[in-house]
Amino acid sequence: MAYRLKLVPEKTNIDFFRWAWLTFWGSVAMVVAAILLTVVMGLNFGIDFKGGTTIRTESTKAVDVGAYRAAVAPLGLGDVSITEVFDPTFREDQHVAMLRIQAQEGAEAITPEVIAKVEGALQTVDPSITFPSVESVGPKVSGELIKTAVLSVLAGTAAICVYIWLRFEWQFAIGAVVALVHDIALTIGIFSLFQLKFDLTIIAALLTILGYSINDTVVVFDRLRENLIKYKTTPLRDLCNLSVNETLSRTVMTSGTTLIALIALLIFGGDVIRGFVFAMTWGVIVGTYSSVYVAKNVVLMLGVKRDWSKKDDGAAGTQFANVK
Amino acid sequence: MLQLPLWKRIIIWGLCALGLLTALPNAFYSRAERHNDAVTAAERAGFETEAQAADRALWPSWLPSNLVNLGLDLRGGAHLLAEVQVADVYKARMDALWPEMRRALADARGDIGGIRRAPSDPAELRIQIEKPEAMAKAVEVANGLASNVISLTGVGQKDLDVTAEGNELIVRLSEAERAATDDRTMQQSLEIIRRRVDEVGTREPTIQRQGTERILIQVPGIGSASELKSLIGTTAQLTFQPVVGRGTDGNAIAKPGTQILPSIDEKGVFYTLEDTPVVTGEELTDARPDFDQNGRPAVSFRFNPTGARKFGDYTAANVGQLFAIVLDNEVISAPRINQHIPGGSGIITGNFTVETSTNLAVLLRAGALPAKMNFLEERTIGPELGQDSIDAGRIAAVVGFVAVVAFMIASYGLFGVFATVALTLNMAMIFGILSTIGATLTLPGIAGIVLTIGMAVDVLIFERIREELRTAKGPARAIELGYEKAMSAIVDANITTLLTALILFFLGSGPVKGFAVTLVVGLVTSVFTAIYVTRAMVVAWYDRKRPKTITV
Repeated sequence: MAYRLKLVPEKTNIDFFRWAWLTFWGSVAMVVAAILLTVVMGLNFGIDFKGGTTIRTESTKAVDVGAYRAAVAPLGLGDVSITEVFDPTFREDQHVAMLRIQAQEGAEAITPEVIAKVEGALQTVDPSITFPSVESVGPKVSGELIKTAVLSVLAGTAAICVYIWLRFEWQFAIGAVVALVHDIALTIGIFSLFQLKFDLTIIAALLTILGYSINDTVVVFDRLRENLIKYKTTPLRDLCNLSVNETLSRTVMTSGTTLIALIALLIFGGDVIRGFVFAMTWGVIVGTYSSVYVAKNVVLMLGVKRDWSKKDDGAAGTQFANVK
Repeated sequence: MLQLPLWKRIIIWGLCALGLLTALPNAFYSRAERHNDAVTAAERAGFETEAQAADRALWPSWLPSNLVNLGLDLRGGAHLLAEVQVADVYKARMDALWPEMRRALADARGDIGGIRRAPSDPAELRIQIEKPEAMAKAVEVANGLASNVISLTGVGQKDLDVTAEGNELIVRLSEAERAATDDRTMQQSLEIIRRRVDEVGTREPTIQRQGTERILIQVPGIGSASELKSLIGTTAQLTFQPVVGRGTDGNAIAKPGTQILPSIDEKGVFYTLEDTPVVTGEELTDARPDFDQNGRPAVSFRFNPTGARKFGDYTAANVGQLFAIVLDNEVISAPRINQHIPGGSGIITGNFTVETSTNLAVLLRAGALPAKMNFLEERTIGPELGQDSIDAGRIAAVVGFVAVVAFMIASYGLFGVFATVALTLNMAMIFGILSTIGATLTLPGIAGIVLTIGMAVDVLIFERIREELRTAKGPARAIELGYEKAMSAIVDANITTLLTALILFFLGSGPVKGFAVTLVVGLVTSVFTAIYVTRAMVVAWYDRKRPKTITV
């Protein structure tokens, strides 16, 4: 028999729901913490959402943030933040910094004259400096972009919810949506915790995380649906366990290949795209966790109607009376 | 049972070959690009220079030559989002209407008494009338100046809204006319911007109308957003010049005092014109699509008083001659002067459709931007930064690919090799489809492709086959069951991802949209390669070897 790399043994029998209450409430606590964190610390919104201008500078000389700041200060542009950018893909003599200028009072976008002044001021500090990118977004557009971003995440979640409800049961749909909320909250939370730049591409990453996480959740749900038909009398908890165990190898393999690809991007993809890839990598990790520990837990708590031939003996008011 | 019918196999491998073929030009990007540029340049000019012919020879013409467009973040360039102040035009219209209105009301002085323009909102005309009791008469006179709205939706409606308030007569553009005017303003702005940008000869600029009053302009390869802004700001040079002759030789030497200019519509036709224009676009006040006496589409135009005098004198002296309308050194049209045109307004008839007459009217007005533009968003990305991103993306894709392949082969052995071949074909098909539909590859788009590498569907199937091997009767049955049972998970999982990708596509903009496109294309191709291509390989292998047992 040929050698095979097996991250997961052929047959596993892990009791994933032994600590169901712990994993579930732990997840709830994490989500609450993430939301609180975001509310308290806020997000480091990029110009897409806040308006303003960013200028990327590149020079063969080392970046001197203090000197840059001193050069720009007399221009009276209000809040200017200057950060140096480091990246393993940079050349030896490649020194990059990002300047961010707040949205100016009364202007839809920053005027080219202002940008020219800033560039001129920086060139007096360092004549070899160049400006590989200058981006400016007016407050009007940034307001709309926020609206569209929130709308697209909500629409994405709703569309998934409806699809799962149609293909599975409503309990599955709720489980899936709770898992998605968990993923989004934790991703936004980590961006707040580390004050990473939150811009339009992060919204794209969030939606991809939605897609990935649901992809993962659906695979386990699909197995559960199959097992529900196969084993009519086994308790739901055991079936959930069985389904997760059976698909564990697949989950680990898929997450593994995706993470490999993402980590390659994270290391070699350059700094422009790093925030985006970071969001995605983090999302894949929490997404994989949530399909097992959040989505399944919710389904387990809600229960699933098993036998469709019997009448529902549920609580009063849940069914229409059969009045003659 | 396991066997795929021949026709299916032919379609599968045919699609793969097509994918490889359409992706091929991207592997020789600069060659194919120079070829494409030479071809379009030669087509536009109507003839081919030697350098263009050499460039064209870089890529065989029988091969597909469509390339993936590189987005601004990869190629570098400028991006502008402009809001057109459409209301500017209302004011211009009202100001232009005032002299005419004054004349008409003055004619009815006997009934309504003296009139005076009162201060008002710029988009309306307020006229104080001495005898308010005769307001009905004034309204009637004002209404007499209204004409029918020329637009698809506003049929049968008047262009002016006349109301009375105390002793004031208020004239506004009607709802329908406002809509039609806004539309014209936008079209005109788009057209002017397009002409200005085309002049620089940069490739693949994007000039799109967004919503009702916005224009998105993306120009790859331009130095900066401010450069682009000043480029858009320059005005078009419109002239009316006498025609000396008409020919097909663009390289003939012009006699002194004349020039040879190409025609816009008729390919290969050149006009010899007198150098000195009779009238210029600065003297044109309006041009709009119209219909002639016979109901055929035409373009009507109007000059200011000085232009009208020059135009009247010239047409009186040159009945029967051709008269060329030239925009930026290209002849838009060269109508014959049928009669003396005294009033400073006239009509250009010809072989028009409603569409071409509308376009010509737009071009005629294209001298200056009709309304002010506010720039809401501007971005400049330097070409070096774009190149850095491409390089980084390429390295990441290669490293990601190699790592995933190693992982797959280590985990699934021969099946991993099949998956590798499928993954390669998958990549080729993604690029093939993106090139064919003319999609734009952005930096997040590259990430989308790398994600596709990771999310390969084959894993789902292989794991299922592995499971079935433990219970099923034999390898053939296990393979078959593996595909069969993995199907519902594949479909559900990919449709949900597809849903989010579609939402990204419809709500997103720029790079996000590019990402959505690659994600959608990647999903479709990876499902195809996993279900059909890998399967065809597995089946072919199984058919030949007929192994008693298999290890996945």
